[in-house]
Amino acid sequence: MNRFAELLDRLAYEPGRNNKIKLIAAYLRETEDPDRGYALAAMTGALSFRNAKAGMIRQLIAERTDPALFALSYDYVGDLSETVALMWQPKAGDASAPAIEDFPTDLFATPRDETKLLRNDPSPSLAEVVETLATLSKAQLPAQIARWLDTLDETGRWALLKLVTGALRIGVSARLAKTATASLGGKEPDEIEVIWPGLAPPYTGLFAWLEGKGDKPVSSDPAPFRPAMLAHGIENGDLAALDPEDFIGEWKWDGIRVQAVAGRDENGDMVRRLYSRTGEDISPSFPDLLPSLRQPGAIDGELLILRDGRVQSFNVLQQRLNRKSVTPKLITEFPAHLRAYDLLADDSGDLRHLGFAERRERLEAFVGKLDTRRVDLSPLVAFKTWDELIAARANPAEGGAGDDADAVEGVMLKRRDAAYVPGRPKGPWWKWKRDPMTVDAVLMYAQRGHGKRSSFYSDYTFGVWNGEDVLVPVGKAYFGFTDEELAEIDRFIRRHTVRKFGPMREVTHEPDTGLVLEVAFEGLQHSTRHKSGIAMRFPRISRLRWDKPPREADRLETLETILNSVIPGRGH
Amino acid sequence: MRPEQILAPMPSGLCSKAGGFHIDPTRPVDKALITHGHSDHARAGHGHVLATQETLDIMRLRYGENFAGSTQAIRYGETLEISGVRVSYHPAGHVLGSAQIAVERKGTRIVASGDYKDVADPTCAPFELVPCDVFITEATFGLPVFRHSDAAGEIRKLLHSVTVFPERAHLVGAYSLGKAQRVIAMLRAAGYDRTIYLHGAMEKITAYYRERGIDLGPVELVKGARKAELAGTITICPPTAMSDLWSRRFPDPVLAFASGWMRVRARARQRGVTLPLVISDHADWDGLVKTIAATGCSEVWVTHGEEEALVHWAHMQGIKAKPLAIVGYGDEEEHENPAPADAETGAKP
Repeated sequence: MNRFAELLDRLAYEPGRNNKIKLIAAYLRETEDPDRGYALAAMTGALSFRNAKAGMIRQLIAERTDPALFALSYDYVGDLSETVALMWQPKAGDASAPAIEDFPTDLFATPRDETKLLRNDPSPSLAEVVETLATLSKAQLPAQIARWLDTLDETGRWALLKLVTGALRIGVSARLAKTATASLGGKEPDEIEVIWPGLAPPYTGLFAWLEGKGDKPVSSDPAPFRPAMLAHGIENGDLAALDPEDFIGEWKWDGIRVQAVAGRDENGDMVRRLYSRTGEDISPSFPDLLPSLRQPGAIDGELLILRDGRVQSFNVLQQRLNRKSVTPKLITEFPAHLRAYDLLADDSGDLRHLGFAERRERLEAFVGKLDTRRVDLSPLVAFKTWDELIAARANPAEGGAGDDADAVEGVMLKRRDAAYVPGRPKGPWWKWKRDPMTVDAVLMYAQRGHGKRSSFYSDYTFGVWNGEDVLVPVGKAYFGFTDEELAEIDRFIRRHTVRKFGPMREVTHEPDTGLVLEVAFEGLQHSTRHKSGIAMRFPRISRLRWDKPPREADRLETLETILNSVIPGRGH
Repeated sequence: MRPEQILAPMPSGLCSKAGGFHIDPTRPVDKALITHGHSDHARAGHGHVLATQETLDIMRLRYGENFAGSTQAIRYGETLEISGVRVSYHPAGHVLGSAQIAVERKGTRIVASGDYKDVADPTCAPFELVPCDVFITEATFGLPVFRHSDAAGEIRKLLHSVTVFPERAHLVGAYSLGKAQRVIAMLRAAGYDRTIYLHGAMEKITAYYRERGIDLGPVELVKGARKAELAGTITICPPTAMSDLWSRRFPDPVLAFASGWMRVRARARQRGVTLPLVISDHADWDGLVKTIAATGCSEVWVTHGEEEALVHWAHMQGIKAKPLAIVGYGDEEEHENPAPADAETGAKP
């Protein structure tokens, strides 16, 4: 448990993705089965046991500490689990009342540092904790947690409390943990994704395979996730090198990418699942869509909200996402819909090795067989030359998307002969988003970044002029610039700081002195959280306008006009 | 006699009217008794300074030759009589030369402990328990959430990180007097024998520790090193340098910080630390309460820190206790000189 605790502790502070992967990989390499398997399960959210509630933890600490000291400590630390982890006093051994005669000798003959090394470590292993939690009744839980807390150190107690309250929150996604796991055997994470649904903690077979001591585990899941194929963005000049005849065009929908899979288990019962792009099982959130998956197969498509046959904007979809409970009201108001654009498997088996044109034919037949309004085909964008495609992209309503043009965020190009391969191979698939909107805004505040950027001011709050000629913040951006530009902005900020608040600096923003940033964004929303009343979607720095004085930056009215206008697909 | 007649808290620090001296005064006085060299306790400009030889040397290194009108060195265990007040110095275990000052008159003994810790430190004499009637204690970590056990474990954590990230540099933020040298000595005790690099601000004090016979192994200024050479190495620097332009000379540095404050996550996060090391030169909660109880004192005065919890604890034990609220003591880092000028990256001194 202590080793796992050290890993969580380290991950909680480490901002860099690659560094997190290294830390996890080092832990998995250095730790034995079954502990490492349970650690992987904890990081991928694959553990299930009765969680402890905050009230129970409070009760436990109340039995061990003076209430005034607890109140002062909790007030100082600000986090219940952390306060308890730090304050917890094991029952045996009371440090507060030493005998005076043993003071100096006892103190330096056996420094406190080493007392733990002298006795056998009685703290539980991670496996012991996980396996015990799975069998405990609610009534047994508090006493067991107290026993464990008695044997763990501060970090161990903190990690245990995180584990039993069911919230690791260490900034590690399931995908990241699987990537680290794959690296043990020099494998690609997608190889693990493919077999993952058939695996269960503590994954001893998986580790044996990765370490070359066993065969690759076989998935027995009737409705497995298949790692998604991703597209590269089209950049200047890319099109000229491509032949339009090799490609099929599709609309790029502004929804969420999903995989809808159905298959029969050993009893002949249909198992239906909806996965996110990263393989997370999101079926429980969409009970209204699942029954429509009537045929064994795997559809790659976009999850959208349809009302009266019209695709709704992403803002509408967002109201359906991230809800704790799916109420009948929510389902009626936000009916889930699947727009299919690829077929990865059908009752004949895996289709991913086929070319896209052939899969598309199968998809059309498959969706026809499903015979439901909940699932439809994503229409193709007809074009013979790149100019025709450019025209369609510029005006999706005229280009064939009709009433659904609101939900089009660009076009997709897929090579007719390309197989479906996991990851982001360059060449077979391209995405070409519509041009972003831009606004010239003035840098107002800057904050230091994390990790590699910890000495750079890399998070920028920018504003535009309001009706009273005062700059009001309209957004925050922390990418879009090159390393050279970052260094230039950083230098500017250090020379033009007006005030400092901790890691934050206020930067000169007068009509004649200041830095104008061209900010690109995907859309605007009304916001009650921002003083300006506006929130930007996906803002990033597109250019530095050293040439432009702040007085010539854009005004709030400009943004309000964009917000209130009904430009198809743009005004939401 | 009442202890306040021997030593009383004044705005300028602890003052003995009878003896005509102050202990760790926060403003210039005629006669100052100094516990240790950190700049919140040892200030320049006093008429006469009485301290251990090491503390006097450290003050000279920091403030120059003329830091006081005159000085006098006193050894641990030595007793002097100053206008009828008996004064003796005893190891405080905080940093090199640090002392508790015992003040005694007519059978009443008060111990002003300055800053202290009750755990082993290879770079200074161990804390000595001095039984007394009144114990004057700090309370920097005076909350039961501060438990600094196993500093050696924190060093192991640092060394493990160096093996996991051989392509990155490790920066360890540490106060330049005491903590920096203790971290180096502990790395050596853990078997780390490669060159340890130093920020310029650490140079003088570290050289002084070595002069006093403390073995720190191969230590070099980082100034001349090339970026690529610093992969897989450890550099000790002032905590403020880690978020400074200075840190850009290191390949993707891991930011470690050796401090008791690192016990609390929010503190570590605020500073952008990615590898907090709980290594403190102050007594933790257990150390404070254990020491107070062991002195056998009937009264505790708390100079600075989280005094409320400690006073509450003392009352529960039936010990009289009061906070002194002396303004000016605190985290030594706040009083340290900023990092020296860094010509290469254009930082201001």
